[in-house]
Amino acid sequence: MTRKSLITLVVMALLAILPPVFYWTGNAFYLDLATRLTILAIAAVSLNLILGYGGMISFGHAAYLGLGAYAVGIPAFHWLYDGIGDWATNGLIHIGIAVAVSAIFALITGAICLRTRGVYFIMITMAFAQMVYYLIVSIEHYGGDDGLVIDTRSELPLLNLDNPLHLFGLAYVSLVVAMLLVNMIVNSRFGMVLQAAKGNNERTVTLGFNTYLYRLTAYVISGAMAGYAGALLGNFTTFISPEMMDWRASGELMFMVILGGATTIGGPVLGAAAFILLEEVLVDTLGWLESPLHSLLGTEVELSNFWHLPFGLLLIVIVLYVRGGLMGLLGRGED
Amino acid sequence: MDFSLLVIQTLNGLQLGLLLFLVASGLTLVFGILDFVNLAHGSLYMLGAFFCATLTYAFGNFLLAVIVSLPIVAILGLVLERVLARPLYMRDHLDHVLGTFGAILVIDTLVHLIWGPEGIQVPLPDWLQGQVPLGGDVIVPTFRLLIIGSGLGAAGLLFWLVNYTRLGMLIRTGASNRTMVSALGINIEMLFALVFALGAALAGLAGMLIAPITEAAIGMGNNIIITAFVVIIVGGIGSMKGAFIAALMIGLIDTLGRSFLDDIFKLAMSTEAAETSAPAVSAMLIYIIMAAVLAVRPQGLFPPKVR
Amino acid sequence: MAALLEIKGLNKSFGGIKATDDLTLSVETGELHAVIGPNGAGKTTLISQLCGLQRPDSGTVLFKGGDITLVPPHRRARLGMTRSYQITSLIMEMSVIDNIALAVQAREGHSFRFVAPARGDRQLRDRAMDLLRRVGLEEKAEMRTVALSHGEHRHMEIAIALASEADLMLLDEPMAGLGAEETRAMVDLLNGIKRQHTILLIEHDMDAVFALADRISVLVYGHIIATGTPEEIRGNEAVQHAYLGEEA
Repeated sequence: MTRKSLITLVVMALLAILPPVFYWTGNAFYLDLATRLTILAIAAVSLNLILGYGGMISFGHAAYLGLGAYAVGIPAFHWLYDGIGDWATNGLIHIGIAVAVSAIFALITGAICLRTRGVYFIMITMAFAQMVYYLIVSIEHYGGDDGLVIDTRSELPLLNLDNPLHLFGLAYVSLVVAMLLVNMIVNSRFGMVLQAAKGNNERTVTLGFNTYLYRLTAYVISGAMAGYAGALLGNFTTFISPEMMDWRASGELMFMVILGGATTIGGPVLGAAAFILLEEVLVDTLGWLESPLHSLLGTEVELSNFWHLPFGLLLIVIVLYVRGGLMGLLGRGED
Repeated sequence: MDFSLLVIQTLNGLQLGLLLFLVASGLTLVFGILDFVNLAHGSLYMLGAFFCATLTYAFGNFLLAVIVSLPIVAILGLVLERVLARPLYMRDHLDHVLGTFGAILVIDTLVHLIWGPEGIQVPLPDWLQGQVPLGGDVIVPTFRLLIIGSGLGAAGLLFWLVNYTRLGMLIRTGASNRTMVSALGINIEMLFALVFALGAALAGLAGMLIAPITEAAIGMGNNIIITAFVVIIVGGIGSMKGAFIAALMIGLIDTLGRSFLDDIFKLAMSTEAAETSAPAVSAMLIYIIMAAVLAVRPQGLFPPKVR
Repeated sequence: MAALLEIKGLNKSFGGIKATDDLTLSVETGELHAVIGPNGAGKTTLISQLCGLQRPDSGTVLFKGGDITLVPPHRRARLGMTRSYQITSLIMEMSVIDNIALAVQAREGHSFRFVAPARGDRQLRDRAMDLLRRVGLEEKAEMRTVALSHGEHRHMEIAIALASEADLMLLDEPMAGLGAEETRAMVDLLNGIKRQHTILLIEHDMDAVFALADRISVLVYGHIIATGTPEEIRGNEAVQHAYLGEEA
């Protein structure tokens, strides 16, 4: 076994064991943290398929999270206020809508974005995500800017998503499936073409592959997976707002992939974990510094509001000095 | 649709377009010459607004504040270039994006630390607060005319700079042929830094001009940067002419779409349907335009000859 | 022997300059036919027209007896024509065998297959390994392409051309940029694969051409001034005057 797969296994094992243990020992907060981490990890794994393996720098992946979450929120909203029938709370239908809407959005925007290259692609994916953002903001019926409270979670057979352990379990299993799926795709014939097109598009075309179609297919698969993660996220937060598909959210997803290590199966998960934990540690540390600072300065300073400052600096340092992400760092010496 | 409203909204669209041009021109300049994607360009716009706000209170004079803020923002641009952009020039675009994304977080938080979480109003001198009648029942705030005037002035200055000066010649050569500029014995690092500072000053100016209307607020740059992206994508990345035409186009379409789309829709559908769909469509309008342009011309309307 | 490729009266000019001038040439099945000519003789223009990237002003190109003058490039590939590039074009990040396996994969139609691992596909791997063996790179199969030398990259190009199982291989200056040692290795390699494949070789390196070719055509100012066996060409006065004379 390679060191990278070993790291991946360890991370996945810890992620399986620790959160329930925290929960049972009265630290429910950490289970919630793990659930959020796991759901974002699914989105990061899906992004890695196109960003890492396909070389498509998509800066709009949070849009799918949002679309997926609204696919839960909007039916639930109509169920509550318009009494449209109990199918509207069926989780399988929610997931179906989330995946279908995301796939269609990916197909339409991808067909346009993939006609372009390089920096155009980055900016256009960003712009399309922002389009969805403004679209949701403009629909006041669903709360617009203020967001939408999801009054009822998705109903699924055998599971009760109101139980945090069930929700975490679902997210965890989904993450494992997502990782296996991406692993399967990138190692298949399709995946070979995808990676070849990233390395040398012209040669791949000359060999007789229509790389545009291969890229677009990967783009749609990735979008659909992220939409699924969005449906889980909606169930987790029970509140959705355009904010969660803001371009900052897309940037954070991208960062998780790069931080963990693109073109590895476990990298995005490791990146998501490091990202969420770092955020947590920074907020906690700054919060802990507040009272000594208060006695020192005599004025109240809400330091934890400023966690973005060390965080941003860290991002810059990582971009400048850590090549290949955490996986590259920990799995050093391997190809 | 009444005529005077159309005139006023056209002027508003023109104003938005010119502000977009000030932001987009720096972005396209930096990308065209340095091949650098600067997400933090919007932060310079925000910094322009905040410095201008503080200095307006300090000097009691808005115009003086603008004049002093301009070099400050240019210097901040230089710092950003030195600290972050320069080590990243040789990297790929992904690293540019991630690095400047980190910079946005840092700059936004620093602004929060220094100026606090609330936005800052920027008071205008009396002579700029009035309104100018333009005939008929068309009345326009003086300050908006000033924005349009200075936007056009800055655009003109930029065209002169790029097309008729030695620096402009180097910029144009550098955009198409970097090795050529180095071969001419020009200090390319200096040129890059200058271009970066120029872009910063332009974005800062846009922030200063908008601040009295909106206010200086954290995150203000992050909204305009995406629209500026749309502008340079539509115009053709690296093209100054493209940025200008696309900026005016996007500014006008966005402003007029928001005010008149429901009226236009009412011609074709019921009032109720028009009133629910028009806000949604007008929110997406510029992105739809962008998609349409790209479907026909993937390189934008005025792609530069090289790249 | 029947002609696999027949070029008849091909003309192409760029702004008044004749790059191809009433060019007539036939390549017979199984032969290695070399086209030589001084710089600017129109070799690149010829190959561009043969693989369909440029359209001749007049004249016809027959492949397997059918007129392909106006057939687009990717269709020509499907008809059984492949080309190698003067400038190496490989997927540097992938392993050597992955590059070759991808070419084998391309031969088998579309690759919208998502489930079975491609690297575990015996059919692909064995065929790719065979090809690597033929070009003498079997020991480097698992190495990253970028780690190989320029000469080895050229050999990979040949393996990729072989993978397409094309009836006609257009080789565009396979010796370009190679050192003496590497050129010898390439000559050996091409000697090993000729006979099994029909090859049209466009090449600058005289020694290599005379060592390899069954027949040689000499291209000068877009026109074929002589075609014959290496001995005939060596003895041809017009050729000596127009071309070899320059170097002597």
